Amino acid sequence: MSVDSATVRKIASLARIAVSDAEAEAMAPELSKILGLVEQLGEVDTSGVAPLAAVIPNHLRLRDDIVTDGDIRDRVLANAPQAEHGFFAVPKVIE
Amino acid sequence: MSDLTGLTVAQLRDGFRAGEFSAREIADQFVAAVEAGRALNAFIVETPEHAIGAAEAADRERASGQVGALSGIPLGIKDLFCTQGYQTTAASHILEGFTPTYESTVTSRLFAAGAGMVGKLNMDQFAMGSSNETSAFGNVISPWRRKDGGNAPLAPGGSSGGSSAAIAARLVPAATGTDTGGSIRQPAAFTGVAGIKPTYGRCSRWGIVAFASSLDQAGPMARDVRDCALLLEVMSGFDPKDATSLDAPVPNWEASLSSNLAGKRVGIPKEYRVDGMPGEIEALWQQGIAWMKDAGAEIVDVSLPHTKYALPAYYIIAPAEASSNLARYDGVRYGQRDLPEGAGLQDMYAATRAAGFGAEVKRRIMIGTYVLSAGYYDAYYTQAQKVRALIARDFEQAWERCDVLLTPTAPSAAFALGEKQADPIAMYLNDVFTVPASLAGLPAMSVPAGLDGQGLPLGLQIIGKPLDEQAVLNAGLAIEERAGFAARPEKWW
Repeated sequence: MSVDSATVRKIASLARIAVSDAEAEAMAPELSKILGLVEQLGEVDTSGVAPLAAVIPNHLRLRDDIVTDGDIRDRVLANAPQAEHGFFAVPKVIE
Repeated sequence: MSDLTGLTVAQLRDGFRAGEFSAREIADQFVAAVEAGRALNAFIVETPEHAIGAAEAADRERASGQVGALSGIPLGIKDLFCTQGYQTTAASHILEGFTPTYESTVTSRLFAAGAGMVGKLNMDQFAMGSSNETSAFGNVISPWRRKDGGNAPLAPGGSSGGSSAAIAARLVPAATGTDTGGSIRQPAAFTGVAGIKPTYGRCSRWGIVAFASSLDQAGPMARDVRDCALLLEVMSGFDPKDATSLDAPVPNWEASLSSNLAGKRVGIPKEYRVDGMPGEIEALWQQGIAWMKDAGAEIVDVSLPHTKYALPAYYIIAPAEASSNLARYDGVRYGQRDLPEGAGLQDMYAATRAAGFGAEVKRRIMIGTYVLSAGYYDAYYTQAQKVRALIARDFEQAWERCDVLLTPTAPSAAFALGEKQADPIAMYLNDVFTVPASLAGLPAMSVPAGLDGQGLPLGLQIIGKPLDEQAVLNAGLAIEERAGFAARPEKWW
């Protein structure tokens, strides 16, 4: 599968990464090469094989339904690019 | 005071306990070595105050007769581990300035055992790379040089390239690494140090910046097998904060070290003999087989038929998981934000991520986004997870015939910086021998075994059964004793 620059722009939009037209042009052959590598997998007969979900058998645990942390608002906000009034601040999204 | 930077962790520990030197003396020497080694660019941040504070505490504890397992030991910490109060960037611009308000489980365990930290080690950005050339903070330069006199700067391997370079240059006695597809083992091989990736789930992933969660494992890197064993004992253990943490007892790996391999069967997988592999690596592999026999092991030929599909499966699964994990970098909660004039929220996300991520990280997020997108999910991602099951089954069948596997760690010695950067696929092929064990979650280690014609280190890899780190370490010790690897880079920095 080879991807064109229009596809690159669509993937970039899904991934929320801004790309210029020149970048999309440059990325298309790079991504096509990588997809060419991974497409070898198509030749493997996997009928009747279940996809591997966990490499080491392990049971998901349940813990008691109790509060284990909290009251750390300022620590949570400490690294925010912009925090106001105890909240994360972002550009206005509703007019 | 004699030079302490040439000692191993075990030698430093034992000498400190015996009163031959103080923890402060150890810390001062390594802090000075870090300062003198800046030309290697192995550290993103130096933290001498942490190392000295831990050393002073260790000296007080020794005076009161109470020492921890790692009292007096200064370590380098890969910049993928969140360290409370110390910038943690994963070598990405997008996390520049991020100062965690919490400590990763692995570093908590190391510090609780008495270890100190001399600095945060440089690495490939978000652990994506095999040469340390994707760091936003510049390349790490290997302390090793080819003996052709050209002095070309060489790659220390990746992604744990700051860790490998710092240990090889004696800036630290040991360091933490992380391994997603070979990021402990390949840099260890490139720089003549030892490193082990334990069974998936041994070391908690809590507080480690996530790359590909089903593959990421922390592990120690050090000068020898004993140091890897004793450090791994401290780093391992159940952690309720990591849903995939193994609730299993941590063995006394150091105390049980034995290089007598009588009764053990060592498998040699024929599929690891790849086209274009240098003759020196094939010769070293044969030498390793002879060493295993000499240690009392029986050699058996085994087949891992799906080996050639490991790399393609990895380059679907790892980017897919990365594209999901790295969605969190949105310029809202931590890290850098890029807000163009008049931009809305969606534009802010896209601008932040465009400015913050490096080229390789973007490439992998894009691949991951593509293989998970509607219409392609089953053809790529589900098929890769099925192939992964077949790779794991290959290993399970091999374990019916052998106890450990012996292979080369990497298909070449260290290459020059810039040599493979232009071709992502050529770079990816460097992990061809390390990726299969990662996909199967198996313990695997690299030990230095010899030098190539240019005087550069080469490593041998041992892969073991799930939870059988002991067999891996013991086989590694058998190689180490017979290889007698004593080469070290000539100091030019």
